Formats: sequence, C-alpha cells, structure tokens
Amino acid sequence: MAKVNIKIEGQSYQVEEGLTILEAARECGYEIPTLCAFNHGECSLASCRVCLVEVKGARGLVASCVYPVNEGMEIIISSPKATAARRASVELLLSNHSLNCQQCDKNGHCELLYVAQITGAREGKFQGEKTPITIDQLTPSIVRDTSKCILCGRCVARCVSAHGTGILGFEKRGFNTIVAPAGNRSFGESPCILCGQCVNVCPTGALMEKSEIDRVDEAKKAGKYLVVQTAPAVRAALGEEFGMKIGTPVTGKMVAALRRLGFDKVYDTNFAADLTIMEEATELLGRIKNNGVLPMITSCSPGWVNYAEYYYGDQLDHLSSCKSPHQMQGAIIKSYFAEQKGIDPKNIFVVSIMPCTAKKAEAQRDQFIHDGMTDVDAVLTTRELAKLIKRSGINFVKLPDEEFDQDILGEYTGAGVIFGTTGGVMEAALRTAYYSLTGKEHEAIKFEAVRGMEGIKEADLEINGLNIKVAVASGMKNAKVLMDQIREGKSPYTFIEIMGCPGGCINGGGQPFVKPQFLPNEDLNILDTYKEKRAQALYSEDERQALRQSHNNTQVQELYAKFLGKPNSHKAHELLHTTYKARERFPEK
Amino acid sequence: MAHLSESAVKQIGEIISRYENEKTPLMMILSDIQREYGYIPLDVQEFISDKTGIPVAEIYGVVTFYSFFSLTPKGKYVIGVCLGTACYVKGSQQVIDKFAELLHIQPGQTTEDGLFTLDALRCIGACGIAPALTINGKVYPKVSVADVQKIVEEYKSLGGAN
Repeated sequence: MAKVNIKIEGQSYQVEEGLTILEAARECGYEIPTLCAFNHGECSLASCRVCLVEVKGARGLVASCVYPVNEGMEIIISSPKATAARRASVELLLSNHSLNCQQCDKNGHCELLYVAQITGAREGKFQGEKTPITIDQLTPSIVRDTSKCILCGRCVARCVSAHGTGILGFEKRGFNTIVAPAGNRSFGESPCILCGQCVNVCPTGALMEKSEIDRVDEAKKAGKYLVVQTAPAVRAALGEEFGMKIGTPVTGKMVAALRRLGFDKVYDTNFAADLTIMEEATELLGRIKNNGVLPMITSCSPGWVNYAEYYYGDQLDHLSSCKSPHQMQGAIIKSYFAEQKGIDPKNIFVVSIMPCTAKKAEAQRDQFIHDGMTDVDAVLTTRELAKLIKRSGINFVKLPDEEFDQDILGEYTGAGVIFGTTGGVMEAALRTAYYSLTGKEHEAIKFEAVRGMEGIKEADLEINGLNIKVAVASGMKNAKVLMDQIREGKSPYTFIEIMGCPGGCINGGGQPFVKPQFLPNEDLNILDTYKEKRAQALYSEDERQALRQSHNNTQVQELYAKFLGKPNSHKAHELLHTTYKARERFPEK
Repeated sequence: MAHLSESAVKQIGEIISRYENEKTPLMMILSDIQREYGYIPLDVQEFISDKTGIPVAEIYGVVTFYSFFSLTPKGKYVIGVCLGTACYVKGSQQVIDKFAELLHIQPGQTTEDGLFTLDALRCIGACGIAPALTINGKVYPKVSVADVQKIVEEYKSLGGAN
C-alpha cells in the first residue's frame, strides 16, 4: 500500500494512504477522543463530533474518524479552536443525557464520561429540553435506556455486521430521534436474539445487561443452598476486569473468588458440556442410523436458538433436542445431586456465571420450568461476577489458585473447556463420535479444520467408512447461509455447530468490554486479536487436561450408571432434552 | 405478516418486484405503497423486509423520518396547510388552528370518522399565493381564517369515508 507524508502537531510521519486521520494518528501515537467511531469503520457515522481536529487548508474543523489522510496534510489536534470544539461537542451530548452516573451500571467503562474528563467538558454548560425517554426492561436479558443514548449508531452497525438482522435502527427525526427496535418496541416484542453484542459496543449505559445480582443476594439471605457453575468462556476473560492481559486464563482464581463469595458448591459447566456431548453424539449417531432429520444442529447457544425460532420456525427439527450445558447441569443438580446429598431441590439455588445475556432469558423459558422450579435460578454475566467480586472486597489478582469441587459433578475434560469458542462443540463431538464409531481415540485429538475465527468453517471426515461432512458457523449472518441451504434442501452437511456471537462464547454479550482506551497495556490492534487470545486461553487449558474426551469423564460415566441409565434414555430425555417453538417476529401487542 | 390479506400480499409483492434491479429501492417501494394504501403499517414493513433483506428497523426509520409516509391510515381528504415562511407571515398558523378547532384534531391527526387528516407542511413552493393549502393535491390560494368553515363544509357534503 502506498504511503503518504503527513504532519501531526508539527512532527513528520509516514502513514498508509487511505487511513482516516483518527487511525493514522493512532499509529503515530496520538489518541484523538471519539465516541461513535469503532473498530475500523464498523461504525463511522461521524455523528458524535468529538473527534474534531484542525487540518491546515481545510474549511472548518474536520471529523477525523471519516476524513482520509493525504499527501502533505498537516493535522493539529491541540489547537485552541479544536480543543474547544471537542469540548463543546461533549457538552452538547451531556446536555441531553441522564447524568445519574453513580447509579449507572456502565460506570467505570463509560466512554462518554471518559471523553468528558479528557476534553474538560462541563455538565450543565448547555441546558434545555431533553428527548422523551424510553426504558425497555421487559426481557430478562437487556435493558435499553434512551436517556443515556448518544445516537452513535454502534449498536445498529454491530447488529447488522454480526447477525444481518438489524434489530435496532434510528427512528423519527431531529431532536426526537431515538435508536430502537422498529416501532420503539421492546426487545421482547421484536425478533431480537438477546445476544448482547449491542451491549458490548455501546459507549454509554444506554444498553446493559439486566443485573441479577440482587436475586443472588436474596437467595443468600434466605439461607438457600447455593450452587454455582461457570461456563468455559468466563475463565478466558474474567481477569480482564482486574487489569490482567487479555487471554490470561484465570480458572483457579475464579474458583477461589466464588468460594469466598459464599457459594456452597463451585462447579464447572464443563461437566455438563461433557454430558451434552454424550447426549448429542448419541442423538447424532441415532439420526444417521435411523434416517432421521439431518443435518443436526447444535443447540447450546440460546442466541442461536432464539434466531432459529424467529427466522427458521419451519426447520426446528434440525436442532438437537439437547438442552444447553448449563441447563443440563441445573437439572442434574436439582435431581441427582439433590438426591445424592439429601437436599430438598426446592432449597437449592443454582447460579450460572455465563459470558452471555441470552442465557438469562433462556433460564426462564417455559420449557425449563418443572413443578414451578427452574433448572437454573439466576444467571450472572462475566461482568456481573466481576462486580460481585469487587463489591466483596476480594483482591482478585492476589487470590490463590483453587480447584473446583471435585465431588460427583466436579470432573471435566478438555473437550468441555473448548465449548467456549467457535468450533469447540464440534471438535468435542467429533472426538467422541470418532471413539463411538471406531472404538479407539482419535490420535491427533485436535481437529484443526474447525478451529479459527472465520464465520463459516467446514470439514470432511471419513470415520470408519462413514463420511461425515460438518460445518461450523458463528454470528447469525453466517448461520443464515447454512440455514437457507437446508431450507432449499441443498445442505451437504451431516452435523452443524452454530453459535450466536461471532467467534462463539468467548466474544459473548456478557463478556468484559474490549475498549482500547481503557486497555493501555494491550496492543493497538487488540480489537482484531482479542477473540483469538481468549480462544487460545481455552485451547491451552484443553491441552493441560489429563482427560480430553467427554466419554472419558468418569463422573459422567458414574452419573449414567447410577442415575440416568444410558445416553438418550427416558430419564435423560426428561431431564436433559427440550423442545422448540416457532415464534412470531412482531407479535401484536 | 400473518395479518396481511392475500390481495395485499400480491399487490405489495408486485410493487416490490417493480424495483428489483434498483440498488436502493426502498424509497420507491415506500412511495408507491403510501400512494396506493395511504399508510405503511409494521406488517407491511416486515413483508418488505422479507422480500428485500432490508432490516425492519431501517425501513421503520425511513418511514418515520419522512413526513410523507404514514404509519396510520390517512383520512379521505388530506388537508395540508403550508407553514413555510411566506405563508406563515401571511397568517397560515391561524388557518391551521381554525381547521384544528373545527375538526377537533391536532396537526398530524385524522378525524374519528376517517374523513379528514390535517397536516402541517413546510414550504410547498406557492409563496406567491400565500397563505396556501392543498387538499388531496388541489391548491387553495390566499386562504383566510374566514374561508376555513366553508372549505370544511364543502368536503363534508361530498360524502363520508369509503
């Protein structure tokens, strides 16, 4: 790529042609404040006007997020005119913003507050009317509060780039403009899959998960027997909340923290991930043998399940009937565990720590309520767990490494760990399917073809004379490609893994925010690499495990021997499997 | 979508197919539907989204951005009073207020019997005959407050809503 010579603050630099001033300045070591620009132009509406700089010869100030550099350009960030303009832009945003910062869940990660600080913007500089407010807290997953929205458009762009669905859009005009699902409906009355990708990119508190910390507090106060389980992706990111480098696995410290938070049992959802593989692999081989509906598609991701129910209601028989791992674990805790320990299941409170906002709604699905009891009682995101840890005065970084409780539901294999990244469920299933079909373990263990961050991956496997063609997709935009093939009867696959969020759970809507301005010790390109880094944390834990195939989990074997019988048995179906229902996208209110 | 009649599905499908080769067909589709039906409710937007792949929220955004489009049915007679600068200084605010008073609706609303919709328009380019208003495209020049009653009566006598 051609280079151009530019000057910033009087210093000469050579940068790539075609870059925006904002990106070029970043490479030269300057951080121009900005709110709407995000991730290499994923969002670049130039709407916030916070990145204004002076360019010699240009008419007026320019928005550096969209203005490309050219030969000989002289850029001045710190001129009194540009500094004052940036401050005024932020002051204008503050004038139409709900300023209850100390109660805001985004506090500490708020980009508006950050730019207000660095531009020196004053609250109350401009006063006047405020745009009418909508607060949507109908779903168990996401709260949308327009009083904190700065109309940057990042959420609108992310919903389209990740899923193609574009649930959020700009509505109305001028001062009345809001960002909302069509008709300013609730997420719950629109075909929103509740994945939380919009929450991850929102610069302010306009989009946040709905906190369930209070429910955990209440259960504790009521003297419930508290059992906690953690999804694999949580350990790959939780450390970020405490200043640790992205990609640092913190399994041991996370367990130590949960124990100090007063949970009676600290288990790993990976146990149930192994259980899921036993059920799912059996279901798949059954479908192959009995000419059942193929391809079979995984059902671990509630975001994906929501999408399927809204957009492919006619294809739901392709979904595996397996519950997602944390629901399985909840069901087993309230049956087998309760029985073994002699505890009344009604007195057990199961908390899932998940990288996901959709899991909150999943836990409340009608299908998961039996005798007035849910499999899982509360779902906290990775971010909420970090808040709980901070609130409790625990110095996370200094914690010792501890082990999960090892009794009856404690063991897990490497196959369970990699569930947290795209391709992981597929790889885990293939390890076990290989064993089922050949009677021996796959030598390499790894199935490289299904690893990596591409939106759609595929692999062709020949196992003991049986040809299995598989595909892996993450992000609904990619799922749509595979689903349309199925609808047209042209799908060449036997088995498909689909995850709601791009990259899988490690990039879930409940994971720590990746905002470069708050991560001074990370590389400049951290937005391009954080998913791989988190995935690597899981693959490395897989490699450290003595057992790496789900069928070798001795406690899962014991669970079948003592309680469930065999995979896909009647009892297993009752506890571990579920049903799906087509849903109307815009139900009449 | 489930709520659209078979004939509506057919007709709107036909409108959408007119612009199949357009790069940005949305405005044309919406204009045709607005003209044909007088409004563009959410079910219709969902149908357009299914056919074109444009997100419903984006379509909704366009419909609510332009005042030409309407989410609710308009009346049989759409009274558009120009509030552009020239008409305004010639007293069109008083004219629209009089309509509002006689019809018991605010600008942007439709009478309960479905006969009249009252719209406030920006400059319609008829400054030479200010204050001006249009009813279903017919232009009324130099309207005074005293004329309003007569105009309303004239259209009332023309008959009720379909």
